[in-house]
Amino acid sequence: MNSRNWIYAWLMLLPAFVFLIAFTHLPAVTTLIDSFFTTAKGRRAAAFTGLGNYQKMLGDPIFVKAMVNSAIYAAITIPASIALSLAMALLVHRSFRGVSLMRMAFFTPTVLPLIAVANIWLFFYAPGFGLIDQIRLYFGLPSANYVGQPDTALYAVAAVTIWKEAGFFMIFFLAALQTIPQSLREAAAIEGCGRWTFFRRVTLPLIMPTTLFVSVNAVINAFRLVDHVFVMTKGGPDSATMLLLYYIFETGFRFWDTAYAAALTVVLIAILSVVGIGQFFLADRRVHYK
Amino acid sequence: MKLLNVFLATSALTLFASQANAVDLEFYFPVAVGGAAADTIQSLTEEYMANNEGVKIDAIYTGSYADTTTKAITAVRGGNAPQLIISLSTDMYTFIDEDMIVAWDNYLTEDEQKNWIGGFYPAFMANSQTEGKTWGIPFQRSTPVLYWNKEAFKAAGLDPEKGPANWAEMVEMGKKLTVKDASGNVTQWGVHIPSSGFPSWLWTGIVAGNGGLLADDTGKNVNFNSDAAVGALEALVSLSSKDGVMAPGILDWGGTPKAFFEGQAAMIWTTTGNLTNVRTNAPFDFGVGFLPGLKQNGAPTGGGNFYLLKGSTDEELQAAADFVKWATAPEQAAKWTIATGYVAPRPDVWETETMKDYVKGFPQALVARDQLDYAVAELSTFEGPKVTQLLNSALESAITGQKSPKEALDGAQAEADAILKAYH
Amino acid sequence: MIGETTFDRVLIRGGGALLALIWIAPLAYAVWAAFHPPAFEARFELMAPLTLDNFASAWSQAPFARYFLNTILLVTMILSAQLVLCTLAAFAFARLEFPGKTFLFTLILMQLLVMPDILLVENYKTMRALGLVDTIIAIGLPYFASGFAIFLLRQTFMTIPKELDEAARVEGCSLLGLLWRVYVPLGKPAMLAFGLVSVSHHWNNFLWPLIITNSVETRPLTVGLSIFATTDSGTEWAVINAATLMTSAPLLLGFLLFQRQFVQSFMRAGIK
Repeated sequence: MNSRNWIYAWLMLLPAFVFLIAFTHLPAVTTLIDSFFTTAKGRRAAAFTGLGNYQKMLGDPIFVKAMVNSAIYAAITIPASIALSLAMALLVHRSFRGVSLMRMAFFTPTVLPLIAVANIWLFFYAPGFGLIDQIRLYFGLPSANYVGQPDTALYAVAAVTIWKEAGFFMIFFLAALQTIPQSLREAAAIEGCGRWTFFRRVTLPLIMPTTLFVSVNAVINAFRLVDHVFVMTKGGPDSATMLLLYYIFETGFRFWDTAYAAALTVVLIAILSVVGIGQFFLADRRVHYK
Repeated sequence: MKLLNVFLATSALTLFASQANAVDLEFYFPVAVGGAAADTIQSLTEEYMANNEGVKIDAIYTGSYADTTTKAITAVRGGNAPQLIISLSTDMYTFIDEDMIVAWDNYLTEDEQKNWIGGFYPAFMANSQTEGKTWGIPFQRSTPVLYWNKEAFKAAGLDPEKGPANWAEMVEMGKKLTVKDASGNVTQWGVHIPSSGFPSWLWTGIVAGNGGLLADDTGKNVNFNSDAAVGALEALVSLSSKDGVMAPGILDWGGTPKAFFEGQAAMIWTTTGNLTNVRTNAPFDFGVGFLPGLKQNGAPTGGGNFYLLKGSTDEELQAAADFVKWATAPEQAAKWTIATGYVAPRPDVWETETMKDYVKGFPQALVARDQLDYAVAELSTFEGPKVTQLLNSALESAITGQKSPKEALDGAQAEADAILKAYH
Repeated sequence: MIGETTFDRVLIRGGGALLALIWIAPLAYAVWAAFHPPAFEARFELMAPLTLDNFASAWSQAPFARYFLNTILLVTMILSAQLVLCTLAAFAFARLEFPGKTFLFTLILMQLLVMPDILLVENYKTMRALGLVDTIIAIGLPYFASGFAIFLLRQTFMTIPKELDEAARVEGCSLLGLLWRVYVPLGKPAMLAFGLVSVSHHWNNFLWPLIITNSVETRPLTVGLSIFATTDSGTEWAVINAATLMTSAPLLLGFLLFQRQFVQSFMRAGIK
């Protein structure tokens, strides 16, 4: 590589970086700066408060709850949606009667916007006339109020996320499964290799890059997918479904406490960095030394 | 004489000139009761523009109340505020705190201040005035009422023409109206008081019926744990836990009419904004009554006011104010009320022929108006959304049995005091 | 198939069918509610009368055709911009050496975490300064440079054997020619994969468009749809679902018609 190359390189990077810096890095830096100040109100200017906003967090029960909820939400939705999507892909990967219908069923979450689907799920969960309750009543079970009880609301919301994510990720696994050569299957069949062994020894390692790709997406989405919370619970009841990003939105755009929202954003970024960067480097290394 | 003519002509000319000097106004409005309302606003602005040359109003539909507030504050911070918005009456202190609204007093003559402002129902003005000034003009205002299913009443052996007059009666009727199937599961609940999202609204009514108020008119003091308030929350919680007349847990606001239509709740509490909806979709006869009180009648008001936003010229704001005067005038307000089911905000609106005809065919609409005599302000304070949200959380924790009413409200009071300390 | 008994098959198919049933339930319900009068929203009677009134009322309550066009424009614009900008950047990171490479790449990775969705207030200020509030372009701008795309394409480009580079160079290919003739064709699978992520995300994105748009001419579908979700009166499932179906129908139909081609081309692409 000659020395002139770096000019080309910079020229190629320039357009992307203009946008990147203007809409991500600069605003992120202002957010960080804002988090050290109080929120400016029309009648009061912003004042430097140092770590004041961060100290406030420690005594903020909703923040603590949002952290716990986000952790549970991530711990449920990430593995569940990855496992389910892989299972779905394995199912519809083969051809049998009705496979296209099944494929379409798994594909629906990709075409239906979450903001609209949330209303449908709200109907499923509704006590009394809701779909699930109608089924429960049919079997003589008492009515259940899934989104209206603090101990079930978060799981009810997480179920919608899993529905959304698994259908989407299935497509990627389906594509990956297709790259496994048929000859490997034949060889395995001849050697009398069991289904499970084949999956563990051949399929799983071969689709590892896809699994990493999907899990990066799953991690980001576990902290980003909150559209349905707006419609279904608004973080309630009693903050039972309060997730970190929804709390940031609420603090910033409902309570207008932008400084505190900025500090919360900084915390979210820090969490994502810890979880995310680890994954990226893992993915990076795999490709490097393959 | 000639001189006078010339004078008149010139002044007419200047008047004409100033009118021809087009004023462009932006107007954000939310709609919280379905699509017809948006069309009505559009047709109102178009009618106004047709009669007032030189004024151009761009009415922008901005989604829900929360979205509208969000957009307005974001626009103000971004430096391109609209002149006029409709937003929640309870956002008044937030807007004052943001220093983003101007008082209407500057754009009104003394006569208008007295007769126009004075012509609104006092219950609605309670959320519209503070610091001796008027900041909001009531427009899409509502109040909750009780709807009951006459057929269910008949089936339970109750007089279908008489709703509950007070809380005790509601509980008693509710017990008769709660129906169980063979396996002991409830198929019809007596009462349904929705509690999702903003339980504090309906609860304000229960507190008022128990003789309590949640906040004063400075927006700096709240009273969440008074005896009246604790008693009101205990009564609400008891409906499920002791009386067994209401489904346990948080009940969804949006699903409430459906539960009513499906016969799963014999009495529901919801806004008058639902009148048209219930009238169209209930497959049975229904009655509408005051919210039954623990000690007396009581109800909150709700809904949206017009606000004038800072950041425009006086001329533009004057034009916006003139439009609002026209829009709240009896004929226009009557049209609006009939299209949406909102409560007409001024007594003189109810005097118009249009309204009288409407009420003749639909006497239930009068219940809301008559209840206004007992109505109190909706909870509104500085840092309003935050204070209301912490109260909502406290109510939810009591309703779902996580905390006792007293414990929940003491906690909410302490938190609210801590937030409002900055304003003292 | 390997070691598969009839029992296995029944078990797997049965489980699969149940899973598929759950997954299609929301769509099935949307169809039910949209084609029946509101009274049957929660009553599943076989003989319930069919109606198109819900579509008529949804159609009259909002200009869905326009919303649809806006969304198509938005998604196309974002994806094209992303592919151009990110291919260039990814190529530089994958194949060229230059000062500050690690630092700049870290900046890219940071954008993966600091999603523009979080930086609403600051980005609104920027759009205001640029005079772009209430334009479709403003909805897209923050997403043009996608850290995710750059990362993904870089990974793909790094797996392309360097011998191909040199061969092309020997034939007198310029740097851009090399990118266009060798890397872009070989990177297509990754671009397709990213394309799906991008389109699906922006088709469904809600919060930022809600903040930055003011008028019918710019609002995308999600914001238009939320009109129905936010009333103080009861939730009207019939109308909401009619609207949902209308807006998703083109995508659904497209998938039904082209599902074989779609899945196959995607399968051929694979992801590495």
